[in-house]
Amino acid sequence: MFEALSDRLTGVFDTLTGRGALSEKDVDAALREVRVALIEADVALDVVKDFVKRVRAEAVGENVIRSVTPGQQVVKIVHDALVDTLGGDGGPDGLNVDVPPPAVIMMAGLQGSGKTTTAGKLALRLKKDKKRVLLASLDTRRPAAMEQLKVLAGQAEVDFLPIVPGQTAVDIATRALKAAKLGGQDVLILDTAGRTSIDEELMSEAAGIARATNPHETILVADALTGQDAVETARRFNDRLPLTGLVLTRIDGDGRGGAALSMRAVTGLPIKFLGVGEKLDGLEVFDARRIAGRILGQGDVVSLVEKAAEQVDQEKAEKLAKKLAKGKFDLNDLAEQLRGIQRMGGLGGIIGMLPGAAKMKGQAAMAGMDENTLKRQEAIILSMTPAERSKPDILKSSRKRRIAAGAGVQVPEVNKLLKMHRQMADMVKMMGKGKGGMRGMMNAMGAGGMDPNALKALGAKGQKAGGAGVLPGLPGADAQGGSPADFPAGMPLGPDGLPLGWRDKK
Amino acid sequence: MKFFWGRKKKTEAEAGDPEFPAPTPDPAAPPTPPTAPPTPPEPSVPAPTPDPAHPPGPAPTEVPPSHNPPAEIPPPQQSGGIFARMASGLKRSSSRLTDGMSAIFTKRKLDAETLEEFEDLLLAADLGANAAARMSERLSAERFDTQVTADEISAALAGMVADTLRPHERDLDLSGAAPQVVLFVGVNGSGKTTTIGKIAAKIVREGRTATLAAGDTFRAAAIDQLKVWGERTNCTVVARETGSDAAGLVFDAYATARENGSDVLLVDTAGRLQNKTELMDELRKIVRALKKCDETSPHHVLLVLDATVGQNAIGQVDAFREAAEVTGLVMTKLDGTAKGGVLVAIAEKHADLPIYFTGMGESVDDLEPFSAQAFAEALAGSRTEAVADVN
Repeated sequence: MFEALSDRLTGVFDTLTGRGALSEKDVDAALREVRVALIEADVALDVVKDFVKRVRAEAVGENVIRSVTPGQQVVKIVHDALVDTLGGDGGPDGLNVDVPPPAVIMMAGLQGSGKTTTAGKLALRLKKDKKRVLLASLDTRRPAAMEQLKVLAGQAEVDFLPIVPGQTAVDIATRALKAAKLGGQDVLILDTAGRTSIDEELMSEAAGIARATNPHETILVADALTGQDAVETARRFNDRLPLTGLVLTRIDGDGRGGAALSMRAVTGLPIKFLGVGEKLDGLEVFDARRIAGRILGQGDVVSLVEKAAEQVDQEKAEKLAKKLAKGKFDLNDLAEQLRGIQRMGGLGGIIGMLPGAAKMKGQAAMAGMDENTLKRQEAIILSMTPAERSKPDILKSSRKRRIAAGAGVQVPEVNKLLKMHRQMADMVKMMGKGKGGMRGMMNAMGAGGMDPNALKALGAKGQKAGGAGVLPGLPGADAQGGSPADFPAGMPLGPDGLPLGWRDKK
Repeated sequence: MKFFWGRKKKTEAEAGDPEFPAPTPDPAAPPTPPTAPPTPPEPSVPAPTPDPAHPPGPAPTEVPPSHNPPAEIPPPQQSGGIFARMASGLKRSSSRLTDGMSAIFTKRKLDAETLEEFEDLLLAADLGANAAARMSERLSAERFDTQVTADEISAALAGMVADTLRPHERDLDLSGAAPQVVLFVGVNGSGKTTTIGKIAAKIVREGRTATLAAGDTFRAAAIDQLKVWGERTNCTVVARETGSDAAGLVFDAYATARENGSDVLLVDTAGRLQNKTELMDELRKIVRALKKCDETSPHHVLLVLDATVGQNAIGQVDAFREAAEVTGLVMTKLDGTAKGGVLVAIAEKHADLPIYFTGMGESVDDLEPFSAQAFAEALAGSRTEAVADVN
């Protein structure tokens, strides 16, 4: 339902082509789109208003209005302002635990925001930093909350404060602090019960815990899927507790994460970590750029690459890279690619992370491209003999009929697959002849742990070569297509969020 | 812009006062009065919480109250009736909305600027861009260029919201052949397990029996959490150890429910984000396992939504409907500051999807059948004054 902001803004400015310059009115029209995009991303309304005002001040400048691509300029200004508002490019805000032990970390937040899981994740992270950690649950309310933290402490292999039934939260906190002092732990993490910010009784309890333990870090844990309420919650918790930072959980959902902006703007607190998944190592250092891209609907290419790196079998990737370097790409390789896509959550999963995703998703569905297409295409390849797979040229009509029958499809579908393979193989051949992009890309992928720099380098390379991107093209996509939805997902993505060279084509 | 000036002032006031008196005309709402006498069912527990949930120690002793649970809730909550409880739960959002509206509409002409501010208010209540635009248009069509007051506007808004939501008001029908199977799905932390506990209590109170299936075999101690609810409500809990196959467990749970003649089988599932393909596949598998037991089951698939959720809830409904044929919604955590306005957007999109319950807190009775009128009036704030009078 959301279109990428860049698409929208370009649309706004496209209607104005032919005019010499853009007026302030035009900029305002564009900013209206920005406003809607932010609201749809669940950024709190008053934060949106302030933000748009700020962007407007920059965007009405001469440089923007007279530039060739005012739409892109505005997107860039918005993006930069977002990154800035979210905390800027500065180094990550770690936890302040280098104090005379025990450093106390208190977790607070609404019910179900992910406090307990995050407490476990922080414990594991600190343990990896060679800290001795004591976990204590002050959640006397939710059934089995204490057991949950105990299990997590076991998984993270850190100490856990024994449960004494009947104690109040403040009692437990005091006991935990004493235990940590005696036990020689460096860090004490206090997990508190979930509470609504208007529950006066529980809010004073939380304040009491903070007074009793004087925490060095008081972390508000919030759900990235939170709507307009984020700002209210953040403000109220910030009023009552000495908050020092935020952790945003469920960032692996497909929410746009506007809550991050709202909470940061209202409290001025740094977002310290992002919670990803329920596994204990799923805690990432906050990256403002990434969230900014998401909020604007510019896709999350970094996540996509990370996911790809996760799924790629290093050995296979290297083998493929060698083969591709020689300009070879047979049906076995295509089958492997198809499987890779399925492992990454299918087409839907990948497209969802790409810029302009909404539009593409719709059109892909219209073109009958779904998860089953991938499975069918794999089935077609698996219905071939090894000889046919490595040398598709030998496929004539009788073989095709046999393959179609074996895969349970019609012959035209076999032809379609072969045509797609032909196109991809041609592309590979071209690149094998030394045009560059693909080789660098495969090396990067094969290298496994891909860091952001490698990604940037990759992007730069792709830009020059104008060739390969993250994946060597998705099935069914027509490389010669005429609308944004038709570009192969593998095309490199420019800073404008559209595939490089796309605009030129149009 | 008047609205925002008003809001800013309020914020300063809040920031200035550490005790942040709720900036509403009615700070003493029934469920959260600072002075409300807590009625701890366990005198031995000094925890200053009125909630009977004191796991794990005291839990077993609390099983009996399930026969007479109303005794556990503080009287003020009960006396208010559903409208008052709903309204007080939504008090924060609605009064914010009404405050804003009063600022906009007091003796004002309904012009384009006013309409835009009205629309902004709706957006701030999580109604979403489409629903907000539509309501704003309707208001414009009916009242443009006339003098309007805040009351008229909030009544009109309540009417529109109620009209949208009323077709979604329905009772959860569990009268079919036993065991009726109800599957609970949703993202992590939306309140599935707690909702199951509350619904189980309701069923038991009606003199029927329920079996609970601890299908969240993933999250640490989720099974223990459901077991505590089983003890509180005197319901059998079918569980396996953490990490086992949820579909297999559900299959067993069905057999148990059949054997012990339960009227209802309530199936908990692990929280899952709707964009996780493999987890959504697991959910499909659970549905398939149930269909093997009984072709007509699961009779109900309830998606549990958290009121704090924003526009992502729309995507959640789509994805869970696709994967598990969701037949109805439950909205939890309406006792906080959250608006839950996204329900309106969802209702517009899914005309055939009932909303069965709303959750208002953590105690066993904080679950009410969904009432469109109550929800709408609470959201639009037209009954806030009435509630204030009651108190």
